Amino acid sequence: MSFLGGFLTSLLSTLGDVLPIAIIMFGFQLVILRKPIRNLRQILIGFSFVLLGLTFFLEGLEQALFPLGKLMAEQLTSPDFLGIMDGHRGNWVSYLWVYIFAFAIGFSTTIAEPSLIAVAIKANQVSAGAIGTWGLRIAVAIGVAVGISMGAYRIVTGSPLHYFIITGYILVVIQTAFCPKSIIALAYDSGGVTTSTVTVPLVAALGLGLANNIPGRNPLLDGFGLIAFASLFPIMSVMGYAQISEWRAQRDKRST
Amino acid sequence: MSIELSIFSCKVRLVKKLLVLMAKSMLESVRDLLPIILVIAFFQLLILRQPIPDLSGLLFGTVLVVLGLTLFIHGLKIGLFPIGESMAHDFSRKGSLFWLLAFAFALGFGTTVAEPALIAVADEASKVAATGGMITDTSESRRSYAYGLRMTVALSVGLAIVIGVLRIIKGWPIQYLIIGGYIGVILMTFFAPPEIIGIAYDSGGVTTSTITVPLVAALGVGLASSIRGRNPLTDGFGLIAFASLTPMIFVMGYGMIL
Repeated sequence: MSFLGGFLTSLLSTLGDVLPIAIIMFGFQLVILRKPIRNLRQILIGFSFVLLGLTFFLEGLEQALFPLGKLMAEQLTSPDFLGIMDGHRGNWVSYLWVYIFAFAIGFSTTIAEPSLIAVAIKANQVSAGAIGTWGLRIAVAIGVAVGISMGAYRIVTGSPLHYFIITGYILVVIQTAFCPKSIIALAYDSGGVTTSTVTVPLVAALGLGLANNIPGRNPLLDGFGLIAFASLFPIMSVMGYAQISEWRAQRDKRST
Repeated sequence: MSIELSIFSCKVRLVKKLLVLMAKSMLESVRDLLPIILVIAFFQLLILRQPIPDLSGLLFGTVLVVLGLTLFIHGLKIGLFPIGESMAHDFSRKGSLFWLLAFAFALGFGTTVAEPALIAVADEASKVAATGGMITDTSESRRSYAYGLRMTVALSVGLAIVIGVLRIIKGWPIQYLIIGGYIGVILMTFFAPPEIIGIAYDSGGVTTSTITVPLVAALGVGLASSIRGRNPLTDGFGLIAFASLTPMIFVMGYGMIL
């Protein structure tokens, strides 16, 4: 019974997400473009699949993976587990397991992120197969993994967020000058795509756990910033991926 | 008799084919979710050394997630992608820049303003502002602060999609606009109150939801492929990049004004 209730709540909240979009699209199609929608039946079936799919997806995450993942983030950041005396901050190295967990959870949630799958499908189509769906997704996932571990390190050491972000921007600008022109837009996009339904709740729990457990950190102020890291680093890793593939293609050409 | 039999076997083959297709896409979803399951199992069993609580509930939830992802991806391919692209084609054939930009703004604003992740972040931000003494600590002023923040972010995403669409039409190189945005973010960082910076940086990432991203990607690629001289790969992408950059600038601006 409680499952049905939870399911209905999820369905309603997803409906609340989809409805404004559907109204805008169908409104413009009918009033401004004044054209009947091609394959209306198929499109409507597609919308209901998206609606049902997201509901199942979110409900399943809510029931299974989120509670366990959040509990894990709390336990891994607790001083008891890390072997740090009460009231002491410990060395930044004492948090090694936190960084490893941050890396692993960043990578794995990104692979499961539906919006990244969507963009990877589109990029694969548009590039006529030159950009592999898995290549792009793994490149983004590595970026998010590195970003979240760096973000965790920042919360531990308490260094100001904007230094990291500004350094990141400078690196992105330098990479842009050297990377193949065709990938630039996609790389910039991959920064915003990655942080959605699966990643944000787990990463937020990790940030809050860290900020709660480290003396001198304010959860309200220091818990933020992980998402910013997670949307910056994929830009670099995707451009890096493009540079490496171009370099390898050139090397292969030269050797034959 | 033999005709009936052959029709029957035809139907059986069709059903078989459908089932194989479904099983294939389900398997793909399992593969997408495998890393997250392995990570959680590894940390729970080997590092924290604790049993998994409520194993049957966990399995049931995982089955739901797999089923949901499969349905979502299929719905994307037959529903969201085609309508996004066909609308982009129709708009470029209609040739009215005003309505295209109005559509771009409505899509950006409308999908962001009700986004649950944004509502959660705005609530957090109002708490930060109240403890930081930027606003008085009453539920009334907190609510109006959170509401103003949500409107600001939605407005900035609407504007971002408008700029992005304009870029596709004019063929401007994306890197100059993005670097300009970076400079804007850095400048604002120096003037914005320090309490707001973390939230502002995070707000860039949370705005783009699971339904918005595929639609916006389809719109960009559709536009770039229906305008002569544009390449769908170099010009079609980039809308989401703008949508995750402008909220940072606008949220810091909001923190400065209030």
